[in-house]
Amino acid sequence: MKPNVLILRAPGTNCDLETAYAFEQAGATTERIHVNRILENTSILDDFQIMCFPGGFSFGDNIAAGRVMATKIRVNLFDTIQNFREAGKLILGICNGFQILIKSGILIPDDEQGARVTLTRNKSGVFTDRWTHLEVKSDKCVFLKDLDKIYLPIAHAEGRFIARNEAVLDELEAKGCLALRYLSEDNANGAMRNVAGACDETGRVFGLMPHPERHIDKTHHPHWTRYQNDPDFATKVGDGLQIFKNAVEYFA
Amino acid sequence: MLWEVDIFAAPGLPDIIGSEAAADAADLGFSSSLTLGAAHGYLIQGDLTREQIDLLVSKLLADSVVERATIGKVGDASLDVSLTGAKGRIVYVLPKPGVTDTVADAAREAASEYQVVPEAVRTFKKYWIDGVDDEELDRLARKLLSNDAIEQVAYDKLGFDSLQVGSQYKFELVTVPIRAMSDDDLMTLSREGQLYLSLVEMQTIKEHFVKLDRDPTDVELETVAQTWSEHCSHKTLAGIIEYDDGTGQKRRFNNMLKETIFDSTVKIRENLGDDDFCVSVFVDNAGVVKFDDEYNVCFKAETHNHPSALEPYGGANTGVGGVIRDSMGTGLGAKPICNTDVFCFAPPHLDPSELPDGVLHPRLVVKGVVAGVRDYGNRMGVPTVNGAVYFDKRYLGNPLVYCGNVGLIPVDKSFKEPKANDLVVVMGGRTGRDGIHGATFSSAELTSESETLSGGAVQIGDAIVEKMVLDVMLQARDRGLYNAVTDCGAGGFSSAVGEMGEDIGVEVDLNAALLKYEGLTYDEIWISEAQERMVFAVPKDKWAELKALCDSEDVEAFVLGEFKPTGRLVLKYDGQTVADLEMKFIHKGRPRVVRQAIYEPMKASPITEATEELPAQTVVSKSVWACCNAGKTDAELDLEAILSCLNVASKHWMIRQYDHEVQGGSVLKPLVGVADDGPGDAAVLRPRTCSRRGLVISNGMNPNYGDYDTYHMAASAIDEAIRNAVAVGANPNTISILDNFCWGNTDRPEVLGSLVRAALACHDVSLAYGTPFISGKDSLNNEFRPEGEEPIAIPPSLLISAMGQVDDVAACVSMDLKEAGNALYLVGETKNELGGSHLSLVRNWVGGQVPTVDVEQAKRTYNAMYQATQSGFIRSAHDLSEGGLAVAAAESAFAGGLGAEISLAAIPCAKSDDEALNALPGVDDVGSYVKLFSESNSRFLVEVPVEKSGGFEGLLANANVPFAPIGKVVETPRLKIVAADGTAMIDADLEDLKRRWQKPLDLGDEYAD
Repeated sequence: MKPNVLILRAPGTNCDLETAYAFEQAGATTERIHVNRILENTSILDDFQIMCFPGGFSFGDNIAAGRVMATKIRVNLFDTIQNFREAGKLILGICNGFQILIKSGILIPDDEQGARVTLTRNKSGVFTDRWTHLEVKSDKCVFLKDLDKIYLPIAHAEGRFIARNEAVLDELEAKGCLALRYLSEDNANGAMRNVAGACDETGRVFGLMPHPERHIDKTHHPHWTRYQNDPDFATKVGDGLQIFKNAVEYFA
Repeated sequence: MLWEVDIFAAPGLPDIIGSEAAADAADLGFSSSLTLGAAHGYLIQGDLTREQIDLLVSKLLADSVVERATIGKVGDASLDVSLTGAKGRIVYVLPKPGVTDTVADAAREAASEYQVVPEAVRTFKKYWIDGVDDEELDRLARKLLSNDAIEQVAYDKLGFDSLQVGSQYKFELVTVPIRAMSDDDLMTLSREGQLYLSLVEMQTIKEHFVKLDRDPTDVELETVAQTWSEHCSHKTLAGIIEYDDGTGQKRRFNNMLKETIFDSTVKIRENLGDDDFCVSVFVDNAGVVKFDDEYNVCFKAETHNHPSALEPYGGANTGVGGVIRDSMGTGLGAKPICNTDVFCFAPPHLDPSELPDGVLHPRLVVKGVVAGVRDYGNRMGVPTVNGAVYFDKRYLGNPLVYCGNVGLIPVDKSFKEPKANDLVVVMGGRTGRDGIHGATFSSAELTSESETLSGGAVQIGDAIVEKMVLDVMLQARDRGLYNAVTDCGAGGFSSAVGEMGEDIGVEVDLNAALLKYEGLTYDEIWISEAQERMVFAVPKDKWAELKALCDSEDVEAFVLGEFKPTGRLVLKYDGQTVADLEMKFIHKGRPRVVRQAIYEPMKASPITEATEELPAQTVVSKSVWACCNAGKTDAELDLEAILSCLNVASKHWMIRQYDHEVQGGSVLKPLVGVADDGPGDAAVLRPRTCSRRGLVISNGMNPNYGDYDTYHMAASAIDEAIRNAVAVGANPNTISILDNFCWGNTDRPEVLGSLVRAALACHDVSLAYGTPFISGKDSLNNEFRPEGEEPIAIPPSLLISAMGQVDDVAACVSMDLKEAGNALYLVGETKNELGGSHLSLVRNWVGGQVPTVDVEQAKRTYNAMYQATQSGFIRSAHDLSEGGLAVAAAESAFAGGLGAEISLAAIPCAKSDDEALNALPGVDDVGSYVKLFSESNSRFLVEVPVEKSGGFEGLLANANVPFAPIGKVVETPRLKIVAADGTAMIDADLEDLKRRWQKPLDLGDEYAD
């Protein structure tokens, strides 16, 4: 079956078009839908197998990145999205989408003391756009199936993964939730344990700071002009495409 | 009740606000004993309980994993304690009432999710400062921590307990008794009413109302003044200019722009015939050219200089927002697809004690401008793909901020036409006092705050509001819900509605405008420059659908009026007519401006050492590296100095803060090469993810040459923009360009003369290249007068922005060397053109010949380079500009992680006919120096695989393009350049050169002096 992907838009979402395109290249059908439509009628979700929170600056990232959108979800859509997960469906958050999944408690649930992890300001204090080498460190995550090392760009100001304490990290690591890591020399935001992306305990909810939709084409790679005469250049695709393909193939 | 929430970094995490401020304070020469810690926070007003505030803090305002908060009523002693242990006196910095505070707005709105409804919220920053006396504390607060244009400062305690803004406005119609005024009275009115019109213009208005037998209202006068302003009408450059070129030749322009820049475009379009790729030029908010069968592209660059001088963050922020709205307001609305931003600053290392009163330190200007550009572009989701930065002390009081945007627009949506009886619909941000010239809130209008409030003068953007408008607008466009759209820029509704209704007539009800706060007069509503507003002409039967669409995404929209076919502009407020003017008088009634222009040619003189430090000198290079210069040749030292001079030095600190990949079409990024750190010549992107067709964005500028000859400066800027585009693979025959003139006070004939001369070069060179100008903009009067001194004018600053195209991006090339063994070529002719060069700059030389352009040869070169790229002959190409061959070779080599061995022997190099001009102070081998550092135009360093050398050489020879084989790419990471006789000129370690190039402008990573 060809899965249908809901690309969730909100004020300030700005990676929705290219993310939809990436899912389509991977074989899915997509619809970009404004969060207001879901707030009006949650049964819209019934038509979809994958829900994607794309990158951008939802509600301006005012207060903190993803915070206002996460608040709307916590208050109004938490159960709806839990049901979506429990129905065996997939949820992906990219960059701002990851921030929303974390801050709404969907990806890593709160405990009695509140949030256990967050994504906060980069160690450098500023927005950074650069490419990073990444390693898959868990076999739990549906989206990272059969992937080992991938190369993707980051572009964020608040991507530093921080847990309340080491015990939280140990527990998440043991459960295979800390699925995607920067190589330590590419940990540009200062994330604990080099975490670039994390999944929930089912492996079906995944969020990451890097942008897989920005590396699906042969000319996305920052060094493609160094390989443009290679025999296989014409048929090359970017590392990020497999993340979308894995999601699509999950429903095959 | 007013609650205060202070939010601190949790133990073990950095106090980012505090450490940034401390680093800036150290750079600006504040006492080394200073210690500083910070918090950010919220003032929350309303009938709210402590439990409600606790709820908001824990759920919304603070992040319990990384932050800690203190909560209290304003004035509580518990709020005096810093949770990070910082000590000292407390300084609060908060936005003045009326200044856009998007975080506070978001907090207020999101609070309602928890059933908490504050009356008002404001954000602040709070500092604990120790180790300085009161005088230094005050200087720190005013010069570094706050900007008086938008922020207020409170010491120790906030000193107020209420946040209300605005007050009731009682309507009173104001008329101005202009008919009875003398010439002196007219000029006083012009000045004090901030109309800034000339006597002749004021007299014209007076006569008009004498004929009408009535006096104008204030808003009628304002409307005329806005429309007749330099900003809106380009009256100087499109005016009558009597030009004397200094050789006895005189020329009278009836419309200077039309007879130079537009004229060239008209002729090019005629010459191209069926191949004309222009769609709409010099008429819409941006110039439009063809892209593919389904889409056109539009391009516009604006300046936002004066606002950025006053408040760098807000000025640059709204500069980007404004130029994005230009694309959105082109045709029936283009989708913005990339930004390009070019800045001119004073050197950021200026000794703070040299700073004149009333001027922000350039370091703060640089940081503020970069942050402003970053935050608007990134939030809008528009990649910032290209730019440049130039430094010169003359930009100290008057920095330049050029913001450009490219838009993508369906072929059938590229034109607009408002229809009679359409509704005037406004969408987006609300109207406040933002940007009303000189408008200030009087303290009497406020409840309890006695500060003088100037929420008006400076505009702060809210990118998300603009993004929301864009989302809705593109849907409305594709559903055909409106007939025309334009943006609200300078002049606000007055300009936008007035221009859209020029050929029809319009009636406006100013009461209909949605306001940010109460208390605006009808006049303020009409001329407010509040951001993020677009104006539409909407057929009456489409309004309901458009409104429903807006509502569905929480975008505010309202009907402001109607385009009534009366030929008149009618404004109403409270049911009364407050303005009733003929459109013809507003738009066609302005008397022509007549200006004198003189160009005084500078005689070519030999290069000599300057007696004073050149204003573009960025001496940082010398002091930083003086330690390790032993045993180096002069040419090596010169190369190192040029690489680390700020114009040339890496801009990665800025570039990395911009999202240059959003929208998924990035092909060639601003930084390229094996370690993603080489300076790309031009950006390439695919605007349509489903297509291989690419756009190429580049620019050219060199204010240094303007001190010698603005004709050659302009010609060189055009050539540089085009050769940058051609270097990456753009087809030279489908490039379009923009002009942006930033000049001094053109009331002075010699200043205007230098501008006319530059415009003549624009005409000649663009026509010869067949490269049309499609849009342009000017910013005149860029001067700063330090108290009690002569005004300092900026150097003539012409930015040329270029947009090229490629059929398939896979054919593009980057500037980094690719493979050892490949051959290196110098394409183009090298001349002794070191006047205004960067060699002259680092040596502090004056005189010499500035680079000229041989247009016929350049055209042949660009076409041959394009064919060579398309044929796959070229592995890397880098344009030669600042620092000539030596700098280009160093950059290409360290970007590729490979070495280069180069001989200057085969380079054809013309000597000057005047023997005296062939000498350089203290240089024996002048010939080699010219080959290394001359900045002659239309040249490239090209890397070609050996097996393709024959094809490449044959192609260039057939095209009659001068070139020389100069060496090869090698594995060893060194740059070796030898003179014709084999003498080593340069033998340098590339890592070392790269470090010297990367360090100086890395404002995030302080270098040791």
